[in-house]
Amino acid sequence: MPETQAQAVLALRGVTKRFPVGDGEIEALARIDLAIGRGEFVCLIGASGCGKSTLLRIVAGFEEPTTGEVAVRGRKIAGPASDRGMVFQDYALFPWMTVRQNIGFGPRQRGLSRREVDAIADEFARLVGLERFADRYPSQLSGGMKQRVAIARVLANDADILLMDEPFGALDALTREQLQRELLQIWMRTHVTILFVTHSVEEAVLLADRVLVMSAGPGRIENSIAIGLARPRDVASPEFNAVRRDVARRLTSHLIPARDREPSLAG
Amino acid sequence: MTEQATALPTAAREAEAEAPARTRRRRHLLETLRAIALGLGFPILLVLLWHWAVAYTGTRLIPSPRQVAVMMYDFAFGGVYDDAFSATILTHIWKSMQRVYGGFFLAALSGIPLGLMIGRIKLMRELLDPTINLLRPIPVTAWLPLSMIFFGLGPNAAIFLVFLGAFYPILLNTVFGVRSVDVRLFEAAAMLGCTGSAMFRQVVLPASLPAIFNGLRIAHGFAWILIVVGEMTGVPTGLGSVIMDGRTLSRTDLVVTGMIVIGVCGFVTDRIIVTLSNRLLAWSPQHHA
Repeated sequence: MPETQAQAVLALRGVTKRFPVGDGEIEALARIDLAIGRGEFVCLIGASGCGKSTLLRIVAGFEEPTTGEVAVRGRKIAGPASDRGMVFQDYALFPWMTVRQNIGFGPRQRGLSRREVDAIADEFARLVGLERFADRYPSQLSGGMKQRVAIARVLANDADILLMDEPFGALDALTREQLQRELLQIWMRTHVTILFVTHSVEEAVLLADRVLVMSAGPGRIENSIAIGLARPRDVASPEFNAVRRDVARRLTSHLIPARDREPSLAG
Repeated sequence: MTEQATALPTAAREAEAEAPARTRRRRHLLETLRAIALGLGFPILLVLLWHWAVAYTGTRLIPSPRQVAVMMYDFAFGGVYDDAFSATILTHIWKSMQRVYGGFFLAALSGIPLGLMIGRIKLMRELLDPTINLLRPIPVTAWLPLSMIFFGLGPNAAIFLVFLGAFYPILLNTVFGVRSVDVRLFEAAAMLGCTGSAMFRQVVLPASLPAIFNGLRIAHGFAWILIVVGEMTGVPTGLGSVIMDGRTLSRTDLVVTGMIVIGVCGFVTDRIIVTLSNRLLAWSPQHHA
């Protein structure tokens, strides 16, 4: 469901990022312009070191762009806020809090009563299928369950933009597939907008409405590929494979050294 | 949900686990008894060696375990020597505890908040870190003359010395705790709307709690060690002053009695801290002491 720039819930205008290194600087991101529509599921794919995580951290507000700006619903962001919830690869759950307290952390910051906070936390624990584990600590959960808590934690805080940084990267294949399915269900039910960073072509094609292919040195978005496949998608179907091959081809074409690349691709 | 099926014992499996639960409890009890027997066995062996060594050498400078036991009985209940030390144990323990815990709680009350701020706020770190590392190597005993000038001859000088000794381990462990918290936790809290002092209370403090408790435990040990130094400042009561009196009167049975009482007090109170930390840190599987 791509929308026009005007309706974009998330817009990046001329975002660049340079990090100081020693005496010099590293250009991590060349100019990035990007608009993501309400409810859109966008996957950001690229080799490691291409700046996709940096881009996500800038959108989250953890880092400031060197130039340019990020706007949510037309308003420039200033640091992290509850409208954008990040799901980290290593979960970043509060280890001293139970599942219920972790999920209720955001609502608690808004000054709701304990009863309201618990009600919200239980509702979102149910959404991710963890209602029976509400009183456990993170150290007593499997990786997949931890990541469910992390997703519930940002949803419970009314985040309508989910930023996911290789969230299933540390999970085994079975758990990953299951969480991908569940994430799609949650996405369809809640209409959140998702910006999802991955380095798996298959994951990107399975999940996204649109795949953004990034290349490194400095990081930029080379291609924006709309995925027209009907949902639910079958990873074994010939159509799926055709799209996957197409995305993989565009991804690897950027892995050749910059000096050998045709100038026409750089646009 | 394959994952949950494996993680959750089904009703059948729970019923199956009912019978071994009793064996498990019994094994746990045996394990505890064994630990107690081993833990007590070694000091008993030491006392036997002590007894044998005193008897063998025929020294009069070191009291035998038996003499110390008699002294201990008189110190606790009286009726043997009936002197100034008979049946005064509780008074001395009480006075010493006031000083130990006066200094210890002052150190915790100032060291923990200061440590949280130094760990989290760069300006505080740059402002205070060099000074702290300059003052830290100065032995507590070196402060003795000055503390007696500051606070006079009395309990306040003792409290000050205990405070000094307990302050640095608490402060440094708190700073270390804050510095080693995963930065992502602060980011996660910020994105969930947690800022300012709420961040300190809800994230920085609990995340550093394992390290803080390590600091408290070390500092608590120091506090009991320093009580003897603290009570050299000329206070009439307290376990440290009992030892100093014993030294002046050449009553080594009294000295050893005071040493043992301090050891036992430190041991018991340390167990309380460990129990408390195990309860507060139940979430942290690495921290069971």
